[in-house]
Amino acid sequence: MNYIDGFRNQDAAARYRVTLAQLGQEWADQGGRACFMEVCGSHTMAIARFAIRDFLPPSVTLVSGPGCPVCVTDPGYIDAAIELAMQGKIIVTFGDMMRVPGSRSTLAKSRAAGGWIESCYSPVTALELARAHPDREIVFLAIGFETTMAPVLAMLDTARRAAIPNLTLLTAFKLVPPVLAALIADPELKIDGFLCPAHVSAVIGAHAYRPFADTHGVACVVAGFEPLDILHGVEGLLRQKIAGHATVDNQYSRVVRPEGNRIAQRLVDHYLMPADVSWRGLGVIPASGLVLRPEFARFDAESRHGLTVQPGRLNPHCLCGEVLKGKIRPVHCSLFGVACHPEHPLGPCMVSSEGSCGAEYRFASGGVTR
Amino acid sequence: MCLAVPMQLVAMGADETGTVELDGIQHTIGLMLIEEPKIGEYLLIHAGYAIERLDCAEAEARLALFRTLAAIHRQETGQEVLLVAAPLRPETRR
Ligand code: SF4
Ligand code: SF4
Repeated sequence: MNYIDGFRNQDAAARYRVTLAQLGQEWADQGGRACFMEVCGSHTMAIARFAIRDFLPPSVTLVSGPGCPVCVTDPGYIDAAIELAMQGKIIVTFGDMMRVPGSRSTLAKSRAAGGWIESCYSPVTALELARAHPDREIVFLAIGFETTMAPVLAMLDTARRAAIPNLTLLTAFKLVPPVLAALIADPELKIDGFLCPAHVSAVIGAHAYRPFADTHGVACVVAGFEPLDILHGVEGLLRQKIAGHATVDNQYSRVVRPEGNRIAQRLVDHYLMPADVSWRGLGVIPASGLVLRPEFARFDAESRHGLTVQPGRLNPHCLCGEVLKGKIRPVHCSLFGVACHPEHPLGPCMVSSEGSCGAEYRFASGGVTR
Repeated sequence: MCLAVPMQLVAMGADETGTVELDGIQHTIGLMLIEEPKIGEYLLIHAGYAIERLDCAEAEARLALFRTLAAIHRQETGQEVLLVAAPLRPETRR
């Protein structure tokens, strides 16, 4: 048996079903019910794809959290990017952003209308464009959680050292721990445990979740993306509940170190400082984002191009905010599979297969409707 | 966008870059976020940069998952999925 089979193995999955059923019963006998949140879009996708919910005992609910930087970007940010494109700037963005609805339009439509908008897999594309077109202003849409910030800042560092004058970032960097803290504090949600995001954790380290366990008694398990990783993660969370003791269990130590990636953290501290930022559907969360420090203002698209991102307008029927908080499942949104589907997404959660609505549409409902 | 793909480091380049390989296709990536990268190592690549190193078995498992997901995507949409950035030459675009 090689390692891959180990992660996918049917027998192992069946054993997990039995183990989880036993633990679930034990927990139910104690009068317990547990609500665990998977924070990461990649977990959401794997949970839908491999029908992980079918493995859970009745006393355990798994809800999806705000695990995707695209999904939580305020529509006003898209509006601002479109405005910059209309002013003739070259916009560079990650592919998923193209079809995310702003207040009135999308970047894809703005490109069709003649805006120069490049989608990329790496921020280095922005640097290359800046070098190739010294007569143009390049704006990189710098969205991302801790995972993505580090590569963007590495690119910025190169640009700064090379004295590239025509490149700026329109930042919408967001931090995972503050949004988790906000969700814990929400009285309508009762979260007992977090399945912590694998790649964010690679940067911030497993220790970053300690306050949730130590202060708030919320169980935390850092888990990989394979189906058995997730089942193992849920088992770990349930065991913590039964034992009545919350800790941070790093089940992804194959990649995640307790202290995380120090080089990435130093880069973030050097260029960025905390700010109160707005999350799509969740509102403003104190110190939940990072913006460029004043000494790097010349790389900041807002100050350099004299524009301020204003809160955007959400489709009033789109329930992305509730989906992102794990309060409802995507099928409970009246637009799900009707007006909103992957070919015509009305909310960002439907845009990519890692968004809750996209994942559920593609896999859980067999790709049809509800 | 939060995907990170394991690739093997096959060569070092100038300016803290390196060449990584996946399925015989090579890409240039940034190495400045990793301490002392070594040839032959598997690195977790996100947005054109290595963000962490990982063991070989872990890399294999991760790749298998991405291949599965890529196959599903292809089947559902008829479109190819690129797991990592293809080398870009801006002057040839537009
Ligand atoms: S659009 Fe998809 S990939 Fe992007 S953040 Fe949302 S879920 Fe993740
Ligand atoms: S189904 Fe569409 S409109 Fe409804 S919450 Fe999901 S993304 Fe928003």
